[in-house]
Amino acid sequence: MSELSVVGRRLPKVNSWQHLTGAARYADDVVLPRMLYGRLLRSTHPHARIRAIDTSAALAHPGVVAVVTGRDMPEKMGIMPSTQDETALAVDRVRYVGEPVAGVAAVDEDTAFEALSLIRVDYEPLEPIFTIEEALERDDVRIHDESRRANVFKEVHLAFGDLDGGFASADHVREDWTFFEGNTHAPIETHSAVASYGGDDKLTLWTCTQVPHYLHRELEKVLGISRARIRVIATPNGGAFGGKSDPFAHEFAACLLSMRTRRPVKITLDREEVFYAHRGRHPVLMHLRTGVRRDGEITACHLQTWLDGGAYASYGIATTYYTGALLTVTYRMPAYKFDGVRVYTNKPPCGPKRGHGTTQPRFAFETQLDKIAHDLGLDPLEYRMRILQPPGSRTVNGLRITSMGLGQCLEAAGRATRFSERHGQLPRGKGIGVAGSAYISGAGLPIYWNDMPHSAATVKIDRGGGVTVYCGTSEIGQGSDHMLATVVAEVLGVLPEDVHVVSGDTALAPVDLGSYSSRVTFMAGNATKEAACRLREQLFAVASEKLEVPTDRLAAAFRRVYDARDPGKGMSFVEAANLAEARYGVLSAGGSYRPPKGIGGDYKGAGVGPTPAYSYQAAVAEVSVDVETGTVTVDRITTAHDCGRALNPVNVEGQIEGSAYMGYGEIIGEEQVFRAGLHKKPSLLDYKLPTSLDTPALEAIVIETVDAEGPFGGKEAGDGPLNPVIPAIANAVYDAIGVRFDETPITPDKVLAALGKRDKRGEPKERVGPDGLGSTGKRDPKAALRRLTFGTEAREKKRDATTGALVESAPGGPGPEPGTPPVGSR
Amino acid sequence: MLRLPRFRLVEPRTYAEAARVLRDEGAGSLDTANGTPSLRVMVVAGGTDLFPNMKRRQFTPEVLVSLWGVAGARGVRANGHVEIGAGTTLADLATDPLLRERFAALPLAAASVSTPQLRNAGTIGGNVCLDTRCNWYDQSLFWRGAEGFCMKTHPQVVCRVAPSSPRCLAVASADTVPALVALGATARVESASGTREVALADLYREDGIRYLSLARDEIVTALTLPGEAGWRSTYVKLRDRNSFDFPIASVAAAVRVDGSTVTDARVVATGLASSPLQVEDAARALTGSRLEDDAVAAAAEAVHKAARPMDNTSGTIAQRKRASRVLTERALAGLRA
Amino acid sequence: MTKELLSLSVNGERHTVAAEPHHTLLEVLREELGLTGTKHGCELGECGACTVLVDGEPVLSCLTLPAQVRDREVTTVEGLATGERLHPLQTAFAEEGAAQCGYCTPGMLMSAKALLDRNARPSREEIAAAIAGNLCRCTGYTAIYEAVEKASARV
Repeated sequence: MSELSVVGRRLPKVNSWQHLTGAARYADDVVLPRMLYGRLLRSTHPHARIRAIDTSAALAHPGVVAVVTGRDMPEKMGIMPSTQDETALAVDRVRYVGEPVAGVAAVDEDTAFEALSLIRVDYEPLEPIFTIEEALERDDVRIHDESRRANVFKEVHLAFGDLDGGFASADHVREDWTFFEGNTHAPIETHSAVASYGGDDKLTLWTCTQVPHYLHRELEKVLGISRARIRVIATPNGGAFGGKSDPFAHEFAACLLSMRTRRPVKITLDREEVFYAHRGRHPVLMHLRTGVRRDGEITACHLQTWLDGGAYASYGIATTYYTGALLTVTYRMPAYKFDGVRVYTNKPPCGPKRGHGTTQPRFAFETQLDKIAHDLGLDPLEYRMRILQPPGSRTVNGLRITSMGLGQCLEAAGRATRFSERHGQLPRGKGIGVAGSAYISGAGLPIYWNDMPHSAATVKIDRGGGVTVYCGTSEIGQGSDHMLATVVAEVLGVLPEDVHVVSGDTALAPVDLGSYSSRVTFMAGNATKEAACRLREQLFAVASEKLEVPTDRLAAAFRRVYDARDPGKGMSFVEAANLAEARYGVLSAGGSYRPPKGIGGDYKGAGVGPTPAYSYQAAVAEVSVDVETGTVTVDRITTAHDCGRALNPVNVEGQIEGSAYMGYGEIIGEEQVFRAGLHKKPSLLDYKLPTSLDTPALEAIVIETVDAEGPFGGKEAGDGPLNPVIPAIANAVYDAIGVRFDETPITPDKVLAALGKRDKRGEPKERVGPDGLGSTGKRDPKAALRRLTFGTEAREKKRDATTGALVESAPGGPGPEPGTPPVGSR
Repeated sequence: MLRLPRFRLVEPRTYAEAARVLRDEGAGSLDTANGTPSLRVMVVAGGTDLFPNMKRRQFTPEVLVSLWGVAGARGVRANGHVEIGAGTTLADLATDPLLRERFAALPLAAASVSTPQLRNAGTIGGNVCLDTRCNWYDQSLFWRGAEGFCMKTHPQVVCRVAPSSPRCLAVASADTVPALVALGATARVESASGTREVALADLYREDGIRYLSLARDEIVTALTLPGEAGWRSTYVKLRDRNSFDFPIASVAAAVRVDGSTVTDARVVATGLASSPLQVEDAARALTGSRLEDDAVAAAAEAVHKAARPMDNTSGTIAQRKRASRVLTERALAGLRA
Repeated sequence: MTKELLSLSVNGERHTVAAEPHHTLLEVLREELGLTGTKHGCELGECGACTVLVDGEPVLSCLTLPAQVRDREVTTVEGLATGERLHPLQTAFAEEGAAQCGYCTPGMLMSAKALLDRNARPSREEIAAAIAGNLCRCTGYTAIYEAVEKASARV
């Protein structure tokens, strides 16, 4: 790619205009003739058996057309095929307040709302489980009967390299407990779906989903009709951030109600319901033990994570692995051990939010690195620069690293903020902090096992020079439609505005696995590029003959095909297309992409972590702390991000800035918290999305390392830039007031308490955070912990310590053994 | 979409007509059938407080009597004293040049209410009558049903904040009220049986349910600020975000200064109890002072003593209690010449 | 379920629509007039997505009854362009990437238009204050500031 005509230019997104004129048709904007309006009845209990549901009064209510309950579609479903533990609507049992129990369709939404209060549900309350500690300990209360031990959903143990030797050779070992509070995506668009089952026995579902293909599969399973007769159309998502990547109750309910009534049915969630649908950031308790040499070189690292998963699996198995998988890709780490446990609790299910599972351990790790730098008297930025994992390498857990720009990111962010001359030098109340991070450009494996491509696209050229690209990607605001248009336009030598994009429609477009894990630019970009290159070969073949120029001298740009050595010699794109169509027939080609083999390890559990390319990023945060009110103001966040190559710099900067904003929100005030299972803040007034008057000045610096396998060198930009912002702010707060925040969010009350400025006298504290498993809950978890630790160690004896291996938790699990030390004791 | 419950709308053109409608519709009869005490007839001005509460089914009135059609309800008129029509929007107050010059606390407070959009619709009359707020109360019908409701809507149920409390602890949360009280405002109250003037401070009661000493058929139609010279005032607010949020503690302070000596003072806090707190001890500490540090500290201590936040807003008790002192110090420091 | 006739002036056109009396301006715009450009994110006045202009001032259509705007002019995102000419804000938002998912955008454009109509050269602080009632979950607001500044230079 010596010259690029479209890639890298600051062009408006091809789909901007419909957003800016009000013409974009989001799911709730879809209106069909004879359409009914649905609402869902939700559980008022955190944990209860459903004895009976009486829908007769609701059905008799004037204007109500149909009512469905869980028994009408009892098939188990869930996004991960190996852990399907949900039903579309609750059957027999509810497991969190807000869980959908029944659906009503009526002539209008007012009537549907009224009808909900006429449905009688007879609940038998069960004892609920709310904390990680209770979940581990309470063998007698099972949220899911299938759990092998207490309420453990998943347990993971991996070890790589010589951990004991690593710690033994360390000059300094740090151990820190860290807690990351749960939070949620809160896209401004609430979830919405319109289902229409027609006289042709075909079902069409318009829905704001990130994963039309996975939803397609689950609809077939739950509704019991062939996927061949179902069409899922992903409408433009009004924000998603991971929150629209599960199959949801309202989608199934709308479909079934439409099948029952033979009328279109729309269900749009209200804001409160979105907090119950959730699938957001897991609360994670972490223990991190890291050994370093005197110069800071890491010798060994042991991470333990406990994830509060809420009531169902969602992506939880992947989330659990992700809390451990990516800790190794940023800095050299010769020995690494990871133990992860995800438990069920009676709260809305957690799932993937921007940075999926990597955000929490990154917070723990980067705040700990700041402490290590402090302990060793090192500049925290220069320190990180010295211990970088090299490009073109393998990590200790077998992950292949290709392009790696963390060093450039740290350097650029440091230079832009004069970090090293200001860190430790600012007046009390002012602080500056830094952190680094990495993320995947899509997962190396699909969520269900198959050998098919992760992404495919077809491209068609019409006789007037119009180009259409078809791809199953979902446009969630990240700019994927524009990315597809950009890639096609670059290859074929037209402009993005000449390209029609058909995306997210399972009937029209080839499968793309979905807009999650930052996979679209890399995977759909490569698939689309391959399709477009096939068409370009045909164009060049005919142009070569006509122009009498060898094909390898031809170029295509600005709607022309021409001789690269003599650009005056050429023909229009339309002429080339017409010649090609005369020669080859219809101008249509497909392309597909599957990540290469061998990019991860070959142990069990190696499926999570590999990616064709990692993005890297560094953030510097500047803060002011009002020591009298406890208010933390973040003045500026500077993020440098290695995206390989910016296919559209405007969009890349937008992702970097938006990620910084979202990370800022997570550490300053957003929290998904509960009182006795009831969400404390299910509204946009109480759940604190930062406003324009709160959000710091945001600086985005684009670093291009031009990845050899990425489309035109591109890698991801949508998730990674969130991760470093959170620890950078915590590190800056330490620089400002000398208090370590080992938990999120950093609220004024915690700041005041740490400074000893509450009214009920307190001593100043050096840190705010958990002291172990149990400090976040009421019960003494020691017994459960001993059981868990014993189980872990018993299994480890069977494991080959040099290669690392995953051993699934044994059924039943061994009992407690006296004398086994609790996790985290020194 | 979360929708309003059904109601009948009556749109009178004068306050007299509105008062008559309220009387004729039987305003104020409390209906506790169904366990949901629904005020059958309610008054609406901008709707920015009432409509969200109705959507959450905290109220389900059968009849809404609007004031938006009342002629002459909006405007700031100076005539020695200053009269503010109850229909004046918060946006108008925030930008009124006269108020900004002579009654700074009020435009500062008005400008701090929620968002620009809301201030364009919300009125001073509505803000003065703002419903008290509580984390257990400002929730949807579904949420309150899951919790089991609370005293404010179901008198037979306990207060969720403090189950032993004999009264509702919902919090006074109107930004403009402490400013108006600090400025010595009076309210004009009209009903079918006549018009009365009342010191604004006397409009409020330390009771989260019956937080106004208004009869249900009475309407606040105007606010009057005294025309005395020499007052300086300000308003300082604590909230989580710099937009949208209600105060979790805030302080309005006004001092009358002769030379550099304070001859009179009023300090009023809100967000810290069920009514605005006018702290007489703070005023006494300031009177005769030159706002020197000792006097300010004494006034702040008095406010701190009076503040009794409960765990029913955003933030925490300790944070808000402490803020009452800090905000008072900052407000008074801002009033030094 | 009794609808009542009401007359509304929206984007310079007079409409007579039948709507239920308890339906808000937001609901009437979207459901009776088919003007689905105006969005909703909370219906409680807590996000700003439903912002429209009434006589040039931004208000929340989710907390407004049609009766309140009976004799006033309502402007929605569909009324921002003039004929085939886009408003400078629309062009600038596209160029600066100020609309990512686009869902807060109609409300954001309305607040920005009201600002530029009364203050043709706003500072960044003034822009931030003017859009303080419009939550955006995608951009971090930076691109929006840049777009409003760019549009202001072109108005």
